[in-house]
Amino acid sequence: MTLAEISEILDALSIVSPEETDDVPFHSVCSADLMSDVLYYHAPNSLLITGLTQPHVIRTAEIAGIKAIVFVLNKKPDARTIELAQQKKIPLFSTPYCTYTASGKLYEAGLRSLRDA
Amino acid sequence: MPLNIDGCIEGSYQLIGGNFATAGEASTCLKLKLTELGVAETIIRRASIATFEAEMNVIIYAAAGWLHYYITPHGIKIRIEDMGPGIEDIELAMQEGFSTAPEWVRELGWGAGMGLPNMKKNSDLFKIDTVVGEGTTVEMVINIP
Ligand SMILES: Nc1ncnc2c1ncn2[C@@H]1O[C@H](COP(=O)(O)OP(=O)(O)O)[C@@H](O)[C@H]1O
Ligand SMILES: [Mg+2]
Repeated sequence: MTLAEISEILDALSIVSPEETDDVPFHSVCSADLMSDVLYYHAPNSLLITGLTQPHVIRTAEIAGIKAIVFVLNKKPDARTIELAQQKKIPLFSTPYCTYTASGKLYEAGLRSLRDA
Repeated sequence: MPLNIDGCIEGSYQLIGGNFATAGEASTCLKLKLTELGVAETIIRRASIATFEAEMNVIIYAAAGWLHYYITPHGIKIRIEDMGPGIEDIELAMQEGFSTAPEWVRELGWGAGMGLPNMKKNSDLFKIDTVVGEGTTVEMVINIP
């Protein structure tokens, strides 16, 4: 599933846009608010759904190989988070839905967790 | 990309306790270095996850520390030593979910109690030495097959 499709399903607003050339399809999702859980999942090339917006989410995503992040409940990250995401080329989105609903919508659309695949 | 490691490549990064703004940078630099050396992606991921968790523990619990790395064609050795409070009960600390992280750290998304288990899970050799009141040293080896 492309980021454009994901974004549409989640009624998401783009905060940091993906590079035009970068249209890798997503096959898996990881939902977590704890950094060590993200690292535990080993979810390379996944999308991360989270309620945390500080810069550390970007660092953790980079280490874990997460390729894009969706913030729930319309949360907007601060300038430092956005700057780091631009630097690391990690697209950011914000969805009005909560973690449960956002995850459910993507699950329904066929995306799974790498952990249970 | 072929492995491009000649002999032993080593280096260190200094870590400052409590410095959340730059926390994780040492692990990110090491990750970049491994990428440049042509190490396989899965090995890099294991090494950087383990290093990142160890680096974060120094930032969260200790006053200061060092991260030393040694890269050979056979593996990556990482030693993280800190001047911190030490760990009273290692067996307890190693348990998944055990954490003494303060509230403000939890608000930043840390303190899941999965750091030490993540380090162990991602390394082929994991050793931890600690002296209460002096500090902790974690040594990890990730093999390059
Ligand atoms: N370098 C360290 N110095 C002192 N205590 C530590 C250190 N690393 C870990 N600990 C102790 O071990 C516990 C578990 O560590 P960890 O598994 O990384 O989980 P977390 O950091 O999420 O609490 C910590 O809460 C802390 O009490
Ligand atoms: Mg930890």
